[in-house]
Amino acid sequence: MPDSQNQSQPGRSVRPPIEHFVAPVDETPVVPVDAVRIKEKKSNLWLDAWRDMRRRPMFWISVVIILVVALVALFPGMFTQVDPRASSLANSNGAPTAGHPLGFTKQGYDVYARIIYGASTSVSVGLIVITITFVVGTVMGALAGFFGGALDTVLSRIGDIFFSIPYILAAVVVMSVMQEYRNPLVIAFAIGGFSWPITARIVRSEILRVKNADFVMAAESLGLSRFATLVRHVLPNALAPAIVVTTLSLSSAIVAEATLSFLGVGLPPGQFISWGNDISAAQLSLRTDPMPLIYPSLALTVTVLGFILLGEVVRDALDPKARARR
Amino acid sequence: MLRYILFRLLQVIPVLLGTTFLIYFMVFAMPGDPIAAMFGDKQPSEAVLERVRAQYHLDQPFIVQYLLYLKGIFVGDFGVSFSGEPVSQILARTFPVTIKLAAMAIAIELVLAVVIGLFSGLRKGKLFDNVNLIIGLLFMSIPIFVIAFIAQFGLGLKLGWFKPTVSSGAPVQDLLLPAIVLGVSLYATSMRLTRASVIDTLNQDFVRTAYAKGLSRRRVIPVHVLRNSLIPTITNTATDFGVLMVGATVTEGIFNVPGVGNVLFQAILKGENATVVSFVTVMVLIYLGVNLVVDLLYAVLDPRIRYA
Repeated sequence: MPDSQNQSQPGRSVRPPIEHFVAPVDETPVVPVDAVRIKEKKSNLWLDAWRDMRRRPMFWISVVIILVVALVALFPGMFTQVDPRASSLANSNGAPTAGHPLGFTKQGYDVYARIIYGASTSVSVGLIVITITFVVGTVMGALAGFFGGALDTVLSRIGDIFFSIPYILAAVVVMSVMQEYRNPLVIAFAIGGFSWPITARIVRSEILRVKNADFVMAAESLGLSRFATLVRHVLPNALAPAIVVTTLSLSSAIVAEATLSFLGVGLPPGQFISWGNDISAAQLSLRTDPMPLIYPSLALTVTVLGFILLGEVVRDALDPKARARR
Repeated sequence: MLRYILFRLLQVIPVLLGTTFLIYFMVFAMPGDPIAAMFGDKQPSEAVLERVRAQYHLDQPFIVQYLLYLKGIFVGDFGVSFSGEPVSQILARTFPVTIKLAAMAIAIELVLAVVIGLFSGLRKGKLFDNVNLIIGLLFMSIPIFVIAFIAQFGLGLKLGWFKPTVSSGAPVQDLLLPAIVLGVSLYATSMRLTRASVIDTLNQDFVRTAYAKGLSRRRVIPVHVLRNSLIPTITNTATDFGVLMVGATVTEGIFNVPGVGNVLFQAILKGENATVVSFVTVMVLIYLGVNLVVDLLYAVLDPRIRYA
């Protein structure tokens, strides 16, 4: 009877009555206090990141670009019927004609077909490079950061050695050594072999941050071996920055391949179709006919843009501090 | 502080030994006979080849060659290039050009990054900011050789504002176009750092305090906000300087700048071990030096960071 107090003191109605809203027992669900409420949205770093990413237009732009590039790289025949190696010098630097929308290069190749067939080179080299940098960088960084001491000193100095040689120059040297065996795998190792220390440093500092957390001590006190602790508990919690830098480095790996091919120490132009090679070849007739240089450059730029956008979105999603600045 | 610097300098020694060994070994492992390549089609007698090989210590086993080279470095002798020019002379000829180019490029980068980044940060989320971020992303995506060609073709050949290639002696006005290309290709990262830092600083208590005590916007923005936002920009630009000292190979090649990157690239193709390793040694020294300066800059610019 909520109104009983007011009725017992008529005339003293200065204060409004305090209303109590208490739901009847049969309407209140009884939940055990130690139960886990599984109806709520699940939340962890990766789910949060995914929810954040899919709301951003930048993410979908990058997904579209990357899907198109991937399709072109996997099935070039779907996009053009022209043979990219068919050269007719009669068409040297020819203007666009029917079936050849972007014209011809100085050697009489079809520019559009060369661009379509060049995509797989760029993408495959990029993917191999980031696989190398991710695996080598994570292993080196994790061992150095987790075990510390002399191992840390040795591994960190090895990283410094590879890091302080600029990786384009180092790749030029490696490609000169391997000049008999220039193929996408070798060029990927030439680039990745000198760019893994960046990942290693990031993983190392993240491991240093994570390894003193309470859950690590809990794992160890439960009797887990040092190595199992590292692999099962520390590493999974230290990988987010490594994934960010790996995604971002995909674009630089693609640029690095094009740069090496452009410098003439990349993939041999006769065997492989690479945007870098085509840009380098078109450079000679830049003054008279710049378009064969512009088109592959555009393809390269758009591909790189797609991967940079993806890297940005992934970084923003995994780094709450970056989210606040948008 | 002094102990920290000493410790860092000691760390340079193993890294330097490692890099020189690695590079020396890789150039040594290059296929082909560099001495035979020196003479081209007119191959001299075997005796002459032997003598030239001995002159460059190429008749010795690898490890002896390397140690002889190291010994030379310690007495200031960087060896002789295959064209007979002492490597130290080549270094003295090319490094000033590259330093000049790098300094100009960095100045351009810094001005673009600070001015655009500051205004972008102050107008966060507005039209200017969004357009500027998109332009920055585009510039980050365009590979440097594409920027270089567009600049060379558009500004150099079509409009005729700049000389498309650098003439001998590398005067400052000729270096302007490559410097703009390098600066523009690098500015985006620094600009975004400035922008992010400005946004962070604007939310700080001391900025609110400055406004609260009645200071005008014209005083708060440059003195309280900008000065406290410049640390990431300056350190990133300093790192870029280290990168430019070693990595301007492509731009120097396109604009025919007689700098380090260009000469080194030619030396690698020729397999000139002494030249390549000497350049890399000096580069690595500069690179490590710049990194040390960057780390010390952090401590100078931000009183919260101290190295014990």
